[in-house]
Order: sequence, then structure tokens, then C-alpha cells
Amino acid sequence: MGNAALHLFVVLAAAPFLLGVIGRTKAAFAGRSGPSLLQPYHDLVRLFRKGSVLSRTTTGIFLAGPALAFAAPVAASLLVPFGGSGAPVSFTGDLVLFAYLFALSRFFTAAAALDTGSAFEGMGAAREVSFACLAEPTLFFGLLAVARITGALSLSTMLAHPLSSGWLRSGASIVLVVAAWFVVLLAENSRIPFDDPNTHLELTMIHEVMVLDHAGPSFGLVLWGAAVKLFVTGAVLVRIVMPFGSQSPWLSALVFLGGMVLLAVLIGIVESVMARIRLVGVPQLLVTACLLSAFGLLLLVRSAP
Amino acid sequence: MYLADLLLVVAILMNFLALGAREMRVCIRAAALQGAVLSILPLLVHRDPGVNALLMAAGAAAMKGILIPTLLQKAMRDVHVAHEVEPYVGFVPSLFLAGIGTALAILFADRLPLAPEHVGSLIVPASLATLFSGFLLMTTRRKAIMQVVGYLLLENGVYVFGLLLIEAMSFLVEVGVLLDLLVAIFIMGIVLNHIRREFSSLDTEQLAGLRE
Repeated sequence: MGNAALHLFVVLAAAPFLLGVIGRTKAAFAGRSGPSLLQPYHDLVRLFRKGSVLSRTTTGIFLAGPALAFAAPVAASLLVPFGGSGAPVSFTGDLVLFAYLFALSRFFTAAAALDTGSAFEGMGAAREVSFACLAEPTLFFGLLAVARITGALSLSTMLAHPLSSGWLRSGASIVLVVAAWFVVLLAENSRIPFDDPNTHLELTMIHEVMVLDHAGPSFGLVLWGAAVKLFVTGAVLVRIVMPFGSQSPWLSALVFLGGMVLLAVLIGIVESVMARIRLVGVPQLLVTACLLSAFGLLLLVRSAP
Repeated sequence: MYLADLLLVVAILMNFLALGAREMRVCIRAAALQGAVLSILPLLVHRDPGVNALLMAAGAAAMKGILIPTLLQKAMRDVHVAHEVEPYVGFVPSLFLAGIGTALAILFADRLPLAPEHVGSLIVPASLATLFSGFLLMTTRRKAIMQVVGYLLLENGVYVFGLLLIEAMSFLVEVGVLLDLLVAIFIMGIVLNHIRREFSSLDTEQLAGLRE
């Protein structure tokens, strides 16, 4: 129980910090000093102290959107092992639950956007779900590949020690899967080449447009949930790249958190050096990522004894 | 053997890059990198590579990785073509086709009666996939230069297939292939120039219609 509480505390407390690191990296690239690393926390506190206005056209679904957008990533985080210790919850096949918890939150975010009756938000919802259709096969091909390498069907055992020997046997497949998942990570968390998290007023945006009508605490929940989602999806990637665990839990936790900060810096660099691609180019990039992970899986299926 | 398979994976990824890139320069570089990577391969596949094999590899790498791409880029500059690829079949469908082709190549290669030392290696699937991508590139792109790039890919596929024979007669096969390639590129360069002089564009679409 204590383990689970600590796990949740790390997720909830450390997630906004990643956004701070990304913001700081982008500022460094632009030659600014940038906001403080704790700025996302200040933003959340500010939002939670505000009141909120509800449109008369909305129903209960409108509030279910932010609630699920926060609760589903937090629940998914319980399935992912951080550092050396296993995840608080794990059972055979929990990777399917992991994938569909995010789908659930996406469904309710899109439903809440449609509930406002605004055509603008409906457009964002349409974009979000159509790009998610292309991102999901990539995720599953990658999960299948990793499951095949490690012979395990729960995230807790998949992302543990057997993976280090998997790197030696089938490094090419893992590199392909990691590259594909990084693309999906950027798409799912609406970072730059896919979406610009800084804009709130452009026709091309995808995720942000769906949450325009949320204000105050419910918008805070959406932002916090997005940060947790980034943390959880990033954690899976970091565990695949660095599947180490040492005797001391503190050391492995330190290695894990260091990896997360590195990942945030990497995202910041990608956001600084790339421009957002045109909307018609997004499916192409996602299909390429899907091909990469499918190819990684294909190599494995073939090289099996 | 592991390293050779890794290089072949890189070669297959270059197929996808050449098919998915919007800019011609990227496609030319993908074909160049693929050629360079593949020319190192004989050293890894051969049981005891001698000086001969080393020279061959260096020559092939210089030709495919530097000489031919430079010629192509020079051709691009000389004839002032636009940088976009302009496909008949869009980028996403071509990528899908290449993915399906690669999967089929892997499935098919497992059914071929190969020599025991080649069973399980990526040589045959990579060769078939590269051949297929080359075909796709040649048939579905509008610009004549892209068709040359497709030909380069096709030739790379043939080269990989030739690796199966490397123990038997390496030198003869490879020199023959390289000479063919260079001559073909020269001829294509001349043809490109003629097309441009005649039609003041490299769009092969215009060759399909008769003039009044």
C-alpha cells in the first residue's frame, strides 16, 4: 500500500516538472532565460483557485471529460514500473488495459468537446480521434514486439531486467520500436511537429481546441492530466531504453528520474528545431511510425527459433 | 552475421525514406546512403575478405555513395527542376505498398530453397524488398530524376542478391554490376538532358501525349 502511495505521489508531483523542463529547454534554445521550472505548478494552483463558468448547452458529460482526462492517466500510471521496483498493479495482459485507458480518456475528452455544441471544438475532436486511429496500431505493434522479446504479457515484467538481454539479441527491433513510440509520444501529447501546445487560437490545433470551453478547476484537471499522460508514456519509453535496476531502490529511482529529465530535454530540443508540420503531413508521419514498429515486429517474428 | 543484418535493416529503412520523402534531395541521399551501406556488406558476409574484396568495397562505396549522387545533384542543379517529388501515387499509399511488399518479401524468402548458410539471414528479403521499392519508385514518380533514383534502388536490390554468390565469384559479378550501373547513369543523364531540351521540363507525363 505504501508502495502504491509513493508511486502515485511521484506521478502527481513530478509530472508538471517535465513541462517545466521542456519550457526551460525551449527558452534556452531561443536565447531567453525562460519561466521558472516550477511555473507549471503555479499555473495549476492559479487555475484551481479560479471559479468556472458552465455553458447552458452542456450536460454532465462536459464535466466527465476533465475528470476522465485526469483519472485515466493516473490509473494507467499504476501499471507502469518506475525505477527498479515493480508497478503497484500488474496482471497478465495489463498492457491492453494500459492502451485503452488512454483511449477512454480520449473518448470522454472528445465527447465533452462535442457536448459544448461548438463546431470549432467538434473539428478538433474529429482530428484528435482520426490521428489516434493511426497512432494506436503503432503502440500495439510495439507492445507486441516488446512482449515477444521478453516473453512477458504484463508491463511490470516486460519493462524489467529481461529487456537488457533483449537489447543484445534484437537491438534493431527495439530501436525501431523506440523510434516509432517517440513519434507516437509526440502525437499523443500534442507536442510540436503535430500540434503546438502554446497556441489556443489557431485553426490547425488538435488537442487544445477541444478544451477551450473548460475553465478554472476543470481546465486545471485537464492540464494536470496531460502532464501525467506525458509522464506515463515517457516512463514506458525511458524504461525500454534504460531497463536497468540495481540493488538500491534509491539509485534506480534516481536513474529513472534522470532518464525522464533527459527525455523532457529531448522533447524540448525537438520542439525548438522543428516547425509544426502541415495537417495533411500528420497521417504520413504516423503511418511511417506505424511501419517502423510493424517492421520491428516482423524482424522478431522471423528471427524466432 | 548480426552486424550484416543490422546494415540490411538500415537499407530497408532507406527504401521507406526514399518512398516517403517529399524532397528529391532527401531521396537521392537515401539512395546514396543505401548504396554506401550495402557496399560494406561483402566484407561482413565473406568468410575471409582479402585485399580484393576491400578494394571492391571501397570502390563501390565511393561510386554509389559519392560519385553517382553528386552527378544526380549536379543534374538537378543544371536542369533547374523544382524540388518536389510529384508522385502519381501519394506518399501514404506508396509507404503502405512498400510495407506490404517488405512483409511479403520476408514471408516469401522463407519458402525459397536456399543454401543452408543463408537460411534465416536477411539477405534475400532485403534484396526483394529493395527491388520492389525501386520498381515502385520508378513507376509512380513523375520526374525523370526520381526514376533514376528508383533505378539505383533496383540496382541495390540486385547487388544484395549477388551477395549470395559471393563465395563463388565475387569479383566478376560486382565489377560487372558497377560498370553497368555507371553506364546506365550516364545514358540516363544524356536522356535527361535531351528531354529537357525538347520539352523544357523533366515531367515524363509530357512524353505520353503526341504532339499535334
